[in-house]
Amino acid sequence: MLKKTLDISSSPHIYKGRSTDDIMKNVVWALLPVVFFASYSFGLNALLVIFTATLACVLTEHLLCKLSKKETTVNDYSAVITGLLLGLTLPPSFPLWMAFVGGVIGIALGKYIFGGLGYNVFNPALVARAVLQAAFPVAITTWHPAFLPDRFTNISRSIFTWPFMQPQFDAISGATPLSAFKFDGITASTAELAFGQISGSTGETCAVIIALGGLYLIARNMMSWRIPVAVLLSAFVLSGALYLMDSALYPSPFFMLFSGGLMLGAVFMATDMVSSPITPVGLWIYGGIIGILTIVIRIWSGLPEGVMYSILLANAISPHIDTLVKHRVYGTTKKIKAT
Amino acid sequence: MGFLNFHKDTFKHGIHPPESKDETNALPIRQFPFAPVIILPMAQHIGAPSEIIVREGQQVHRGELLAKAGGYVSVPMHAPVSGIIRKIGNVPTISGKMSPGIFLEAFPSSTQEVLEGKPIDPNTATPEEILQGIQDAGIVGLGGAAFPTHVKLKIPEGKKCETLILNGIECEPYLTTDHRVMLEQEKDIFKGIHYLLKATGAQNAIIGIEANKQDAADHLAKHLPKELPLSIKVLPVKYPQGAEKMLITSLLQKEVPSKSFPIEVGVVVVNVATAAEIGRLLPHGRGIQERVITITGPGVKKKGNYLIPVGTPLRFVLEHVGVEEEISEVYMGGPMMGVAVSNLDISIVKGTSGILVFTRKDVNQSSKIYPCIKCGACVDACPILLNPSKLGILAKFEAYDEMASDYHLMDCFECGSCTYVCPSHIPLVQYFRLAKRVVRKREAEKKVESHA
Repeated sequence: MLKKTLDISSSPHIYKGRSTDDIMKNVVWALLPVVFFASYSFGLNALLVIFTATLACVLTEHLLCKLSKKETTVNDYSAVITGLLLGLTLPPSFPLWMAFVGGVIGIALGKYIFGGLGYNVFNPALVARAVLQAAFPVAITTWHPAFLPDRFTNISRSIFTWPFMQPQFDAISGATPLSAFKFDGITASTAELAFGQISGSTGETCAVIIALGGLYLIARNMMSWRIPVAVLLSAFVLSGALYLMDSALYPSPFFMLFSGGLMLGAVFMATDMVSSPITPVGLWIYGGIIGILTIVIRIWSGLPEGVMYSILLANAISPHIDTLVKHRVYGTTKKIKAT
Repeated sequence: MGFLNFHKDTFKHGIHPPESKDETNALPIRQFPFAPVIILPMAQHIGAPSEIIVREGQQVHRGELLAKAGGYVSVPMHAPVSGIIRKIGNVPTISGKMSPGIFLEAFPSSTQEVLEGKPIDPNTATPEEILQGIQDAGIVGLGGAAFPTHVKLKIPEGKKCETLILNGIECEPYLTTDHRVMLEQEKDIFKGIHYLLKATGAQNAIIGIEANKQDAADHLAKHLPKELPLSIKVLPVKYPQGAEKMLITSLLQKEVPSKSFPIEVGVVVVNVATAAEIGRLLPHGRGIQERVITITGPGVKKKGNYLIPVGTPLRFVLEHVGVEEEISEVYMGGPMMGVAVSNLDISIVKGTSGILVFTRKDVNQSSKIYPCIKCGACVDACPILLNPSKLGILAKFEAYDEMASDYHLMDCFECGSCTYVCPSHIPLVQYFRLAKRVVRKREAEKKVESHA
């Protein structure tokens, strides 16, 4: 005999079987090789910085959820991504307490006050980094050379600075290729840049590993390919045009593409789904703005690097980009606003 | 994935759910036994319910008229079985609403011969006579919409039908009804097309078939009658290609204007099973009594394609094919647009193209709803090119009027592609269904006010 009661649900009754935490988890997987390379090239310092930033983000998210008496949202992995990204944008010998403060700020001010996952206007990791850059201008621009022989045994003194104390940096410090170019006019070779034989933030040095992580996410359809392509293409075209005009004054476009945080920013930061546009045309415009602003800041401003501010600016206008983009609905001739 | 959309013979966007057709697409159509009692709701098509013309206790013959059309947008109802009218009263329907209906008890010993009516000859009949014949046969769209076919075929004043499209796409996963009809009833289909060409005045006809039914396309091509201006086109598999508008775009690269019918671009679309029914019934002046239904899903023991009398109670159907212990949900139609059944006492209607049974483990249980992360998967899926993400956010704020006025809500035909792909498991299409109802209700109220 057939049972009496049936469940009912609204169609569709089948699903693609991909969930938001799946996507987030995969972004974490894609970031892990970057974390490994950071630990390999900068040793224990980098590992500690990345770990601290991640811990701060996850703890903050968990505590804020508890405080507002909601179910914790740390298991959607988005806080882990924020933490990893923040850690990967900090210098290797960055004091841990500062990294921790950054993590707290990123989640609390960059994400939670907007309403949590899905509602943040800016990429939370970059909000954190911008605050750190303003608060600790020296610490965040003191670079540590890569591949020191004692990197797996020795931890820099600056790492364990007590909160609110002046960090003591080791005598040996390295310049990033961008600051070397900006202040001394020296450019590094593309091969050195692509394979991470340079100094810089923990996670930005090996362009190839970053790009591979991005390709993995794009292949799994978990990342918009349009954003990194638009960012890199626009940066390449603008810097290429400048280089053609005056190759003595401006660095080669390949140098621009592979140096600094452009690759990390284009692949893992600008592609934050929540803070980027949703329409295909909007994504191109958004990526283009980031690429162009980065080059403009790098060349004409007082700062050696401009990826962070470019992405934050583009985040701010991304809802407006979507609104400006007109798009056409099937069976209509008039274009309507897309969002 | 926009950059993969370089096929010319397809529509934009869409999705590729697992087809799940292998278990039934090779099984020939089998006759289903008669249920002891047939329950016929009078409201089983779009438009006015049929009007009952028989009385309780009356004996009826199989094929005899039980109810006449309740207006122009309505169809009559015929007896699916010889028997006696036990009761006339309210019967449950899938929507949960009750409808006037007939309880017909079958005569166990009857030969179940079908009554013949006035035959219609496609060569001599006028278009009006054919349309009348189609209405008299009680024919509605068998693809699932159950819209009276004669209304669809009536070409409005000043319009011209150039192309007749036969819809053999069957893009819903699991369903193999049209597939089997194309393989087994080619003569009826061709005869039906003959009537349809005559009725619409179309100069040519195309049968659109998805590539997963290549055998059906080959079979039809082999038997293609030379005298018909008919061609067969095989299209790449993509959901929801079976939707009229999508099919027209795939075949003719034309877009049907928003809020209008295919005739705006000179096209009429008819489902292949509907065409087969026309070709089978009109030469004998008969009425529709049964239809082919795919009964499948992990919860069904004897899966297959069955010819089932209209009005057969769902409970009888499931008892006959056998279902697993742990059945959880039963759908009428496919898994993308089918409606979950709340009550096994409803019966098979003319628009039922499939019955799908899921057990507890097949039903998506997890479905934790996350906030929209603006991944854009829905934007890349929507065949009408809407922005379901934005519509979903507006629906949450109950901004229904804005959804309709600024974001083309009313163009959504509820294919479910957005909900299928959403990683945050937001029940978008459910929001839209609700929003559309509210908007329609408000518009109707406004009309009443302006008349008052």
